[in-house]
Amino acid sequence: MIIDGSETSLRKFLSDLPPVDQVGAEARAGMLATRSIKTTSKAWAIDMAISMVDLTTLEGADTPGKVKSLCAKAVRPDPNDLTVPSVGAICVYNDMVKIARTELDAIGGESIPVAAVATAFPSGRASLAVKKLDTQDAIDAGANEIDMVIDRGAFLSGQLYQVFEEIQVIKQICGDKAHLKVILDTGELVTYDNVRKASYLAMLAGADFIKTSTGKVAPAATAPVVLVMLEAVRDYFTLTGKKIGVKPAGGIRTTKDAIKQLVLVKETAGDQWLTPDLFRIGASALLNDLLMQRMKLRTGHYASANYVTVD
Amino acid sequence: MSRIDINKTYKLFIGGAFPRSESGRVYEVKGSDKKFLANPALASRKDLRDAVVAAKSAQAGWAGATAFNRGQILYRIAEIMQGRSEQFVEEISALEGVTSKVAKLQIEEAIDTWVWYSGWCDKLSSIAGSQNQVSGPFYNFTTPESLGVVAIFAESKPSLLGAVRTLAPVLAGGNSTVLIASEAYPLPAITLGEVLATSDIPAGVVNILTGKTSELYPWVGSHMEIDGVDVAGLSKKQEEELRLVGADNLKRIARFSAINHPERILSFMEQKTIWHPIGI
Amino acid sequence: MSEFDYASAPESKAIANIASNYGLFIGGKFVEPKQGKSFNTFNPATEELLSKIGYADKTDIDAAVKSARLAYTRVWSKMPAKERGKYLYRIARIMQERAREFAVVETLDNGKPIRESRDTDIPLAAAHFFYHAGWADKLEYAGFGNKPKPLGVVGQIIPWNFPLLMLAWKIAPALAAGNTVVLKPAETTPLTALLFAQVCQQAGVPEGVVNIVTGDGVTGAALVNHTDVNKIAFTGSTDVGKAIARSISATKKTATLELGGKAANLVFEDAAIDEAVEGIVNGIFFNQGHVCCAGSRLIVQENVADEILEKLKKRMSLIRVGDPMDKNTDLGAINSKEQLNKIHEISNSGDAEGANRWSPELKLPSKGYWYPPTIFTGVSQSHRIAREEIFGPVLSVLTFRTPGEAIEKANNSMYGLSAGIWSDKGAKILWAARQLKAGVIWSNTFNKFDPASPFGGYKESGWGREGGRHGLAGYLASEAKVSK
Repeated sequence: MIIDGSETSLRKFLSDLPPVDQVGAEARAGMLATRSIKTTSKAWAIDMAISMVDLTTLEGADTPGKVKSLCAKAVRPDPNDLTVPSVGAICVYNDMVKIARTELDAIGGESIPVAAVATAFPSGRASLAVKKLDTQDAIDAGANEIDMVIDRGAFLSGQLYQVFEEIQVIKQICGDKAHLKVILDTGELVTYDNVRKASYLAMLAGADFIKTSTGKVAPAATAPVVLVMLEAVRDYFTLTGKKIGVKPAGGIRTTKDAIKQLVLVKETAGDQWLTPDLFRIGASALLNDLLMQRMKLRTGHYASANYVTVD
Repeated sequence: MSRIDINKTYKLFIGGAFPRSESGRVYEVKGSDKKFLANPALASRKDLRDAVVAAKSAQAGWAGATAFNRGQILYRIAEIMQGRSEQFVEEISALEGVTSKVAKLQIEEAIDTWVWYSGWCDKLSSIAGSQNQVSGPFYNFTTPESLGVVAIFAESKPSLLGAVRTLAPVLAGGNSTVLIASEAYPLPAITLGEVLATSDIPAGVVNILTGKTSELYPWVGSHMEIDGVDVAGLSKKQEEELRLVGADNLKRIARFSAINHPERILSFMEQKTIWHPIGI
Repeated sequence: MSEFDYASAPESKAIANIASNYGLFIGGKFVEPKQGKSFNTFNPATEELLSKIGYADKTDIDAAVKSARLAYTRVWSKMPAKERGKYLYRIARIMQERAREFAVVETLDNGKPIRESRDTDIPLAAAHFFYHAGWADKLEYAGFGNKPKPLGVVGQIIPWNFPLLMLAWKIAPALAAGNTVVLKPAETTPLTALLFAQVCQQAGVPEGVVNIVTGDGVTGAALVNHTDVNKIAFTGSTDVGKAIARSISATKKTATLELGGKAANLVFEDAAIDEAVEGIVNGIFFNQGHVCCAGSRLIVQENVADEILEKLKKRMSLIRVGDPMDKNTDLGAINSKEQLNKIHEISNSGDAEGANRWSPELKLPSKGYWYPPTIFTGVSQSHRIAREEIFGPVLSVLTFRTPGEAIEKANNSMYGLSAGIWSDKGAKILWAARQLKAGVIWSNTFNKFDPASPFGGYKESGWGREGGRHGLAGYLASEAKVSK
């Protein structure tokens, strides 16, 4: 164990982390964005990206019908081309979990996990009791993954141990029934130093994944934020031998954006993170762009949006 | 019977002390009336070597003093010179054959020169430095810094002013120096050394040698620990030769036409540019 | 599942119109060398012949200097400064318009990755012309007197590591200050300078204001020794710089010299480690280490040395070495066989003197000149690899225990061009920056260049500064100094 679980050891560990230089981190991410991914690599990357998508709908207007059609898209993103892989997961509010799970199981998507946002998503402003119930409710409804938000207010006011304990409690509820993704909401943490600190805090508390954003706050999954988080999982692996996943969410809309994410993964955490088990992309519109680019690669001409489904 | 005067022994000024030449040599200096004036030391290359060692070891401390502090010390030199005017008058009159009134004018100008350069110390980087607007999230600024050890071949005439004009700017920039006094008119330079010894300037920052220019300049040119040379007192031919050997460590070598000018300071300074990112 | 190997993504060569042979650019026209001699320029990544280049000898230099003198007295010195500036603006714009072409030609001739020529060399070169264009009619405010005067005809000699960028560093300030120029590009990388000559033609720069003479060291020496040249501006090795200083010692010529370096890159325990590792990589592997200010001596605090080295090695394993025209290449070809031999020779001394060599596993192309990214650990101050400029992708790693020791080691060099400082503590950075004897200090960054930022070295790294307000001084007559 790299900390003994006490507040003192947590604080010491987090304060000993090396700082992040903003300009340097952004320059590195900017340089990686110039990578030119062509032909066979692009084809590989598009399929990999599709299999990493956490196909998401998190709207007040969500209905069972909307969720069901999303499930259909998740299982067979392109009904005309069955070589297209299924997505990584479906991500919904917890009252939609049961509907999603049932639907997926019914249409051949048994292996696609359902992720539920929990702990008073997106603000995280509720009592611990409510957050626990929220989580338990999602798991009871059949959620395979819990995307919890951290209490950014507590983090920013220095109550690091409170945030740590809250994650531990939620992790305990997840047990072996659900994977835990911890949403840092980096747009509210603002600095890369905070992103690094929150990443380690979440990993130490038991996160299986660290996730950038709720998607409700901008900026969300910027390249340098993802870079800093990938550095954190890479170094955490060196320290503990445990591989933690990373999930950028919010603002990744095009194939180009998605491929840039894969480049960041490859050149930061390494090839071993290039799997849906360790990298996911939270998105909705992205999937159709990936499909259109896939068609372009296969046919040689630019695709029309009329040929991809709009669910 | 009138009293017999006590004549001064003119020695070298190295590391804050007044040694004789290690070679034991002296040479005769006569006044404008061809009468004997003094037997100053005839410095050898080993004296030069010792002077450079002293200068080198004193340089960092002098450069590291605040510019305000250096300015105070240069001003202090002016104050002390003012009190020593009489001795300079005698020496200048005897050497140069000028009236004491003319000699006095020279001394006053020398004193004013110290005052002028004293005021430059803490203004140089405002005038010669810059904050540079680079295209990117970086704070970037350039600031002048001392060069190191600068050798000075002082002008012959005016004897005192010629030394002060070359010496003051080199000190203002934070350098330490080895000043080689005019061969024919060396006495005011040595007396200047006595002024310096009682001012607050740290030992070794200024070292003064007397002797034969022709014997010393090749050693100055080839000395790898000397970073710059003011060749005011060298002939054109000597300057060219010094430049040739001085290329071995790329000495900064200059001869000035302007009397008092900040370029006299800046020519013996380096410009350092520092970059730092701007971020949170 | 297959690995995510980047498929080849080559930049198109079609944009580069390289002629089969080039003459000298004298008096606004391409002319044949008087003796009719020529030499070849090759692509160092493939050893393919790119073009035949005119070889300028003494008589050609004389013609070029005469043309520059004529242009100076009759046209350039009489032209209103405002108009002079407009020519520089035009040049900058045309360079931007033709940026991709310049980038491709630069990469073919030099061997540097297309990403670097595209993203660094060419944009910076154009920026230098923009920056100096604006100075042309503002010189009286630059702090060099009320009526600053140009020097006349300037002879300029540039190296092969940043061919077009070094040309811009030289020509832009010279023209802005009102001088005319005769520039000799490096023997192995003449092409972008000749392309630049075409830009001058397109911009309508008056004949003779810019002259480009190609050749070798003998050509350069003829330029240095020409009696009607007022100033020499040189970038290159310290040895040649000293030789130039000697050559002009008995003349009225002045000189600016940008020479070698052996920069210390100091990493303190409180540094932003990941960015420091990036900075170390950028410091020594940028442009194959063919950088006079390269951070070739890593001096790292002992208590973080293991962590830094482990991360550095991992990061070095990601460096993509190979075809410079591939957009994903990080480390291109060594510019010439001669340079490759030199890198081998000094690096081998590192092995012989007991330092430990490490390079990531990689396959180098079979044709062309290549050297893998390399670090030596267990290096001491007395090793040749810690003292001599290697000018290749070879890093020597030393350690320190206290800040004072770091500075002492960093300054223990005849060079003083640049240095790096990595620390998160502002006061420590400023302390170290003040102690370091170097003309450019990069704190928490490395190898950054900008036309507004003066560049140049302490000690035997050179004379004078290039860029910024300070760089203008080298092209204006001094108010206070006697020109020998």
